[in-house]
Amino acid sequence: MAQQLVVDPKKCKACRTCELACSFGHHDEFNPRLACVTVFNFEEDAITVPVMCMQCEEPACAAVCPTGALSINADGVVSHNADKCLVCKLCVSACPLGNISFSPATKKVFKCDLCEGDPMCAKFCPTGAISVMDPATAPAKKKEAADKIKSTVEEA
Amino acid sequence: MTVGNGWTGTLLRVNLTDGTIIREALNMKDANDYVGARGLGTKYYCNEVDPKIDPLSAENKLIFMTGPCTGTLASSAGRYEVVSKSPLTGAIGAANSGGHFGPELKYAGYDGIIFEGKAEKPCYLYINDDVVELRCAKDLWGKNVHEATDMLNAECGEDFRVATIAPSGENGVLFAGIMNDKNRAAGRGGMGAVMGSKNLKAVVVRGTGSVKVARPEGFLKEVANARKMLIEHPVCGEGLAAFGTEILVNIINEVGGLPVNNGRDGASYDKAYDISGENLAEKHLLKNQGCFGCTIACGRVTKVKPDESEFYGFGEGPEYEAGWSFGSDCGINDIAAVLKANWICNEEGMDPITMGATIACAMELFEMGAIPESDIGFPLRFGDAEAMVKCVRMTADAQGFGKILGQGSYRLADKYGHPELSMSVKKQEMPAYDGRAIQGIALEYATSNRGGCHVRGYMISPEVLGLPIKTDPLVTEGKGALLKTFQDLTALCDSTGICLFTTFALGLPELAGQYREAVDSDESDEEILLKGERIWNLEKRFNMEAGVEKDTLPPRLLREELPSGPAKGKVAELQTMLADYYEVRGWSKEGEPTSEKLKELELQDISF
Repeated sequence: MAQQLVVDPKKCKACRTCELACSFGHHDEFNPRLACVTVFNFEEDAITVPVMCMQCEEPACAAVCPTGALSINADGVVSHNADKCLVCKLCVSACPLGNISFSPATKKVFKCDLCEGDPMCAKFCPTGAISVMDPATAPAKKKEAADKIKSTVEEA
Repeated sequence: MTVGNGWTGTLLRVNLTDGTIIREALNMKDANDYVGARGLGTKYYCNEVDPKIDPLSAENKLIFMTGPCTGTLASSAGRYEVVSKSPLTGAIGAANSGGHFGPELKYAGYDGIIFEGKAEKPCYLYINDDVVELRCAKDLWGKNVHEATDMLNAECGEDFRVATIAPSGENGVLFAGIMNDKNRAAGRGGMGAVMGSKNLKAVVVRGTGSVKVARPEGFLKEVANARKMLIEHPVCGEGLAAFGTEILVNIINEVGGLPVNNGRDGASYDKAYDISGENLAEKHLLKNQGCFGCTIACGRVTKVKPDESEFYGFGEGPEYEAGWSFGSDCGINDIAAVLKANWICNEEGMDPITMGATIACAMELFEMGAIPESDIGFPLRFGDAEAMVKCVRMTADAQGFGKILGQGSYRLADKYGHPELSMSVKKQEMPAYDGRAIQGIALEYATSNRGGCHVRGYMISPEVLGLPIKTDPLVTEGKGALLKTFQDLTALCDSTGICLFTTFALGLPELAGQYREAVDSDESDEEILLKGERIWNLEKRFNMEAGVEKDTLPPRLLREELPSGPAKGKVAELQTMLADYYEVRGWSKEGEPTSEKLKELELQDISF
C-alpha cells in the first residue's frame, strides 16, 4: 500500500535517533553515514529538520538512471535495485533534494525504501517528528483542524 | 567479550610530550570487569597513574572513554566520560557528557583516548577516521568554546565534532570543564584545567564507520522496550521535555530543600517560582533539544531579547543546578541574570555549580566583613544580579578577584579565614539540595567519590520524587542501604554510555538487558550490578591512596538548624547514616573497604 513519510520540524529535538534506527534497520549496524535520513540542526534559529526521500511521483533519479535500477514499485516506493546498479552516481547528482547517497565504505548507492512498509525512523522517533501517512486518508493536519472546529461548535 | 560487541576494540594513546600516537587494542578483560566509560576509564587511570601526583603536572594523564552502548540505539546512549585526578578535589575525577562527540569517536574507530605528558606548545588532536594527528592550536588558544568550535569546524569541516576548553582551562580555573558540541559539558572537577595544563586545546573527530552489537535482534527488543518506558514515563517522557531539570525548583522548594544565600538563610525561597522551569518555559524557552539518540530531550534552547533585560543573549540551559547556584544560592530571582551567568559558563567552559556556589560563598564572606570591598572592586551582596554576572565574567577572563573565584569556594573561604563557610565536600561544592531537609542526599554528598555531588547517587529520586519508591526525606533509617544501591547502579549506568536520566524510568533489568545484548553477556542482573560496586570500590581505593580527606559535611549542615520551612529545626544526621552506610558497603567503621570486600569484588590485587 502506498505510504508517505511526513516530517514535522516543530517536533524534532535533534536527537538523530532516526539515523541510528535507519542504519540498524538496513545494515544491523549503527552508522549515521549509512542512514537514508539525515538531521540538520539550525542552532541559531532553534529549528531542526530531518531530511529523507519523499518518493517523488516523477523521480529525477529514475529518469537519469541508465540501467533502470531506480523505478517506482507497486507500493509507490522509488526503489533501488542494486543488481542493476552501475554505481555511476548520476542519481546522486540528479536528486534535487540530495536524498540519494553514496557510501565510500560500501561503495554502493543507497536510498530510503520505506523499510518494506514499516519505516524504522518513524517507528523509533521519540516525538512523532517523523511519521507515516497513508495518502489515501485525510492528512493529520486536516483532522486537527476538524477537531478544533468541533470544539468551537460544541462551545457555541 | 570481543571486538564488535559494542566495542571498536581500539584505543588511541597520545603522548603530548613527544608527539607520538599509538593505536592499541582495548583491554577486553578490563572492559568486561569495568563495563566502559567511567569504570573502564578509571581502571586504565588507576593502572597507569600514581594517585599522589600533582593533577596539573605532566605526569597526570587524561582519559576520554566511551561505553559499549555509546553510539548505539540504546536508550539515550550518546555519552562518554573524561577521567583524571581532579585538581579541585585531589580525588578521582570523572565527568560525564552527552551531545554527539562520544558516538562520533566510536564511528571513527576508537573506544577512547589516553593523553599523556604535556605538549610544548598549544595543540589539538585531529581525528578523521584513520588519520590521527596533533595540530598547532596557536590561533585557537585564548578563544572561548563557541569561538574555538566555529574555527575548528571552519578549518576541519562542518561534520567534525569538537570537544574543547576555553581560556578558563588554559588559565587553570579549578572547575574548568571540557565542552563538546558547544554546550554539552564534562563539567565537574576541573577536567578542563587538566587538559589546559597539557597545552591541549581540543579534540576534533569525524568518523564514518559503524558500531555493532553482539545480538542485534535481542538488542533491538531491549531497546524498544526501554524507549517505550521512557516515552511513557511522567518524568522522562513529559516533565523533563517540557521544563528541563529546572522543573525541580518548585518541587525541591516545597520540601524546604532549596538552599538560600549560601545556605546561611535556610532552604525555603519565597521567590522560587521566578527561577523555576515553569517560568523559564513561559518566558525564555525557544525549544527543548536532545543529545544523541535521546528520547528525553531535557536540553533548553533559550533566549532573552534586548528589550527584556540587560542580561540579553542566546544559548542553552540552565539546568536546575545553575538555576539554584546563580539564583537562590546568591539570593537572586532574576531569571535573565541566571541565564546570562549560565551562558557565560557554557561559552567559557566552567562548571556552573561550583561557579555560583563560590560567588555565594564570597557574598557571605563580604557581608560578614571578611572580604574587604577593595579586594573585589565593588560591593558583593546577596541579591545583586549585576555583581553576580560580573563575577562570572571576571572568573572567565582571569581578571582581578576572578582569579581567586577561579580556585573554588574552599580555597576562597580558607584564604579569608573561614573555610567552614565553603559549602563543599572534599573541596567540591555541593549542588542544589539542602542535606538538612533531605537526609539521604547529605549522605551522598559526604560519601561521593568525587566530592560534593548529586549524580553519584541521586537520592532525590526516592526521597522527593518517589522513584522507584517513596521514602521520607527527614528519616535516616535505611538511607545507607538505599544509597549504596543508587551509587552502584549509577556507576554501572555511567559506564555503559547510557544517560543517568533514564534511570527515573528504567531500572537494573532494563540497563542490564541492553548491556547484555550489546556485549554478548549471559550474566545475571546481580552480577552486572556487582560491576557497579566494583567501580565504586576502585574509586574509593584510589582516593584513599591519594590521601583524600574523610567523609564529612560542612559544619553548617551538621550543626546549624534549618530556620524555616517543612524541615525547620533539622540538621544532617550524618554520623548515624554513615555507620549504616559503611556497614552495608562491607567497609570498616573508618569507612575503608575491608580485605574481604576487596576479594569479593576481585580488587584484592589492585596496587597503586
